Amino acid sequence: MKALKILTSVYALAVYGFIFLPVAVLVLFSFQASLFPVPPFTGPSLRWYEAVLGDRSLTAGLVNSVLVATVSSLVAVALGFLSAYGFARFRLPGSGLLRALVTAPLMVSYLIIGMGLLILFNAVGLPKSLLAAGIGHAVINLPLCFAIVYSQMGDHQLNAERAARDLGARSRHVLVLILVPMLWPALFASFFLAMTFSWDEFVIAFLLTRFETTLPVEIWGLLRSGLNPRTNAVGSLVFGVSIVLVLILELVVFRKRRP
Amino acid sequence: MTEPLVEIQSVSHSFGPHRVLEAISLDIAPASYTVLLGPSGSGKTTLLNILGGFLTPSEGRVLIEGTDCTALAPARRPTTTVFQDYALFPHMTVGANVAFGLRMRGVGRGERRRRALETLEIVGLDHVETRKPHELSGGQRQRVALARALVVEPALLLLDEPLGALDLKLRRQMQDELKAIQKRVGTVFVHVTHDQEEAMALADLCVVMSEGHIEDMGPPERVYRRPRTRFTATFMGESTILPAGAVACPGLDPAASLVAIRPESIGLGDAPPSHVALGSGTVTDLVFQGGFKRASVTDPADPGRVYTVRVPVTQPLAEGDTVALHCSPDEIIPLKE
Repeated sequence: MKALKILTSVYALAVYGFIFLPVAVLVLFSFQASLFPVPPFTGPSLRWYEAVLGDRSLTAGLVNSVLVATVSSLVAVALGFLSAYGFARFRLPGSGLLRALVTAPLMVSYLIIGMGLLILFNAVGLPKSLLAAGIGHAVINLPLCFAIVYSQMGDHQLNAERAARDLGARSRHVLVLILVPMLWPALFASFFLAMTFSWDEFVIAFLLTRFETTLPVEIWGLLRSGLNPRTNAVGSLVFGVSIVLVLILELVVFRKRRP
Repeated sequence: MTEPLVEIQSVSHSFGPHRVLEAISLDIAPASYTVLLGPSGSGKTTLLNILGGFLTPSEGRVLIEGTDCTALAPARRPTTTVFQDYALFPHMTVGANVAFGLRMRGVGRGERRRRALETLEIVGLDHVETRKPHELSGGQRQRVALARALVVEPALLLLDEPLGALDLKLRRQMQDELKAIQKRVGTVFVHVTHDQEEAMALADLCVVMSEGHIEDMGPPERVYRRPRTRFTATFMGESTILPAGAVACPGLDPAASLVAIRPESIGLGDAPPSHVALGSGTVTDLVFQGGFKRASVTDPADPGRVYTVRVPVTQPLAEGDTVALHCSPDEIIPLKE
């Protein structure tokens, strides 16, 4: 019995170790003082962070990433919310099929979506750019935002909407004054989830940007010239931002929703 | 007779193949309190939704203040609704909830607040203006919903089982308040309920509905004391229903096939000269109900004939006793089937 208990504990430790040890090593060696991110650890030193923050292309990539993540997430939430409202409140012909089509991109690989968009943008003459990558991110995040918001729409809001219309509210009033505030937690959650996915998305950004690009693509460029504590430092920064986003999500949304 | 405020002209409605309203015609007088009473599935809520504009009837017309409102959206007709679950806006304060209708009508902020407070005062809740709905009790939420619907001064206020979610004591108290508020503001209230006591206490006009048609309508006293149909006689209070031939009652409408007798109209013992004897029976059930006892008296010759009798608590009576029954001929109500 006791042996089994020890065994399960070891197994659990191994699982978590397998997941988190690489990240821990990455973060640890970002504080390396010497030139190579390999043992022995010679730090702690902040020289590589200094190098990253002093690197113009990396900081530009960082700013671009924040910009693309914010704008594409806002677009994805807005479109996801409106389509959820449409599907929940209006009887559309072929509504089941259309809903499946809206959520379909969740099942398609990013590579396929990226290539499809690349061909499309080529055909319509939209050059590779941050705008193109932003559109790509809105495409992959819209189904997610739609699914989250749609799942939270129920009779509760329906009755309030009915009451608002009864008191003279037009559709835009119902959307802005009733539905958005009532669905606030779902909107917030989908926004931050979309931010997190856009923030470290590589394939689509790689395919759809050229001169100005996002941070993951910059890092990839950095990695091609070999291992270097700079890559560790920038990787740790990316990881840190993701953690902050997830924490905000957890604290603001999920804690609030529990009564 | 003044012009009716609401005219419902042979309104019918179907949900798919299912006919829920069948040629309903009804006039509602200004400043009156109308109660639509019926069991679930009687079509009363459908009729209310048609009045509120949430449904367009398949046939017929609805006129409010002389205007054809049959297909007009809820926002564009002079009605507001108090919903069964109140449907308050959870993210707004009580004050903002009440002022919402005024805001939609473009009333300025100061004026909005003044009128919201005024209406909250009518329902006795001006002290909770800054609270959120979830901080209020059920009865308070109900009153906020009422104030929210009243503040825009509708010609017609619709209440969909407004007291259904409250406990009995609060329900009786709110019922009195509703009546007082209706008198004070003078707005026409149309109230849907399945609670016949509520209907009798509130209504100026009581409309009894069953299976999509109107069974009976009139002042509650008339509907209770002289119900026109068997359904009304059994749904609105209790009655003993007998074939008309079973009672030797002089002057009974010959067209009536059935008669109803209210439990409180039946006396025990030998019939006084002016009364009609109903025969005798055995007490098969006796239930103490507080102010009185409710006895079921079964005719030994015909076990299907059970009289429901209201007996004073002080009357000595036990199950198994044999008693004679009588009733005043005025209290025998002729019914159409």
